[in-house]
Amino acid sequence: MGTIIWTTIGAILTLSVYSFLYKDNPFYKFAEHLVVGISAGYYLVIYYFNFIQPNVVAPVFQLRFGDEVIELGSSMWWLALIPGLLGLLLYTRFFPKIGWIGRWSLGIYVGGYAGLGLSPIMQARVLNQIGANALPLTSITNVFLIVGLIGTLTYFFFSMKHKGVLGALARVGIVFLMVGFGASFGYTVMSRVSLLIGRVGFLLQDWLHLI
Amino acid sequence: MRRQFPLALCFIAGLFMAVQYFIPHPTVQDMYERLLIWLQTLLAFAFLLGTVSLVRLHYHKIRHRADDRGYSWVTLLALCLMIGLGFFHSAHHAQGSPFDKMFQNVQVPIEATMFSLLAFYVASAAFRAFRARTLESTLLLVAACIVMLGRVPIGDMIHSSIPAATRWILEVPNLAAKRGIMIGVGLGMMATSLKIILGIERAWMGGGD
Repeated sequence: MGTIIWTTIGAILTLSVYSFLYKDNPFYKFAEHLVVGISAGYYLVIYYFNFIQPNVVAPVFQLRFGDEVIELGSSMWWLALIPGLLGLLLYTRFFPKIGWIGRWSLGIYVGGYAGLGLSPIMQARVLNQIGANALPLTSITNVFLIVGLIGTLTYFFFSMKHKGVLGALARVGIVFLMVGFGASFGYTVMSRVSLLIGRVGFLLQDWLHLI
Repeated sequence: MRRQFPLALCFIAGLFMAVQYFIPHPTVQDMYERLLIWLQTLLAFAFLLGTVSLVRLHYHKIRHRADDRGYSWVTLLALCLMIGLGFFHSAHHAQGSPFDKMFQNVQVPIEATMFSLLAFYVASAAFRAFRARTLESTLLLVAACIVMLGRVPIGDMIHSSIPAATRWILEVPNLAAKRGIMIGVGLGMMATSLKIILGIERAWMGGGD
């Protein structure tokens, strides 16, 4: 019985979203606002139990009151206060007079992730890609890959006017880019259609048992 | 103090995270792990901040009796329900718990359906692309059609070489273009990261003093 109720709720919400194909209407707006509330609540709970609880609440409160536990090391429980305090500083933006204090936390967050990404980006997105494309000119495929990469990079090189050899290479780059975008477009269409098939399958099979 | 101190913190955190890859000393690695936990925790607090903003927005609408305040009630009640189920139900993460059922039967169907709506809009975009008469748009369209046909059984039924053509498009011109884009994006990300660490890019601090 419970399954039927949940499936019916899912089906009604699915139909509510599809009603947008006709025009914007209260059913769609209801589903839209519902999913905003549900997903905000869902991720709030997940983030709390995955990050705040184990990294701030558990170390500080459990060790402070003599309970067993944790990973941070018992004599260093106070270190767990720092992310908690930094996190709370973010909320100073609700008080205009002291809102600037929130920048301290933001500075650590933005700077930390900017620095963290530098080496992996260089490795994965630049060096590995160049390395993978450094191929011997022994086959047509390899020639295509090398010319395509050089052409694409030339197209995005804006320090010189695209004239002469540079213009010709950029033109080749456009051709490769368009074929690449076409492939991405085709893949996107296929993925959306498969989602559509999944939803129609849910309505006809799981809910109405027609197929 | 208001702008220089956050910039200094940004520089120190960025520099430490960038160089720690090259210092395999246990103390540095311990500091790295601790800072990583701090960053993750900050992300969670930032998400909480977003939720507080969402609540304030809808509370404001309800308080000022906006025309569509009924939907604001829907959002707030749904939010409270999920928080209640998550925090006050001991096994909220267990499969089949009310919290999980709300996720599986409300959030998942709505999100999947919203994404599938794009199938219709992509179709209308394709129609507009059909009408374009430049070489570039024709190339895009032909590549898209071959890729779509090559990934379903009907492609092979139309002509046996369509799946092979699909593979070639994906593995050669598509790969070359994607690599070029990826290298460009990578260089752009590195440049932006350096600008943030060095304090040249300051948009994250917002306006004001």
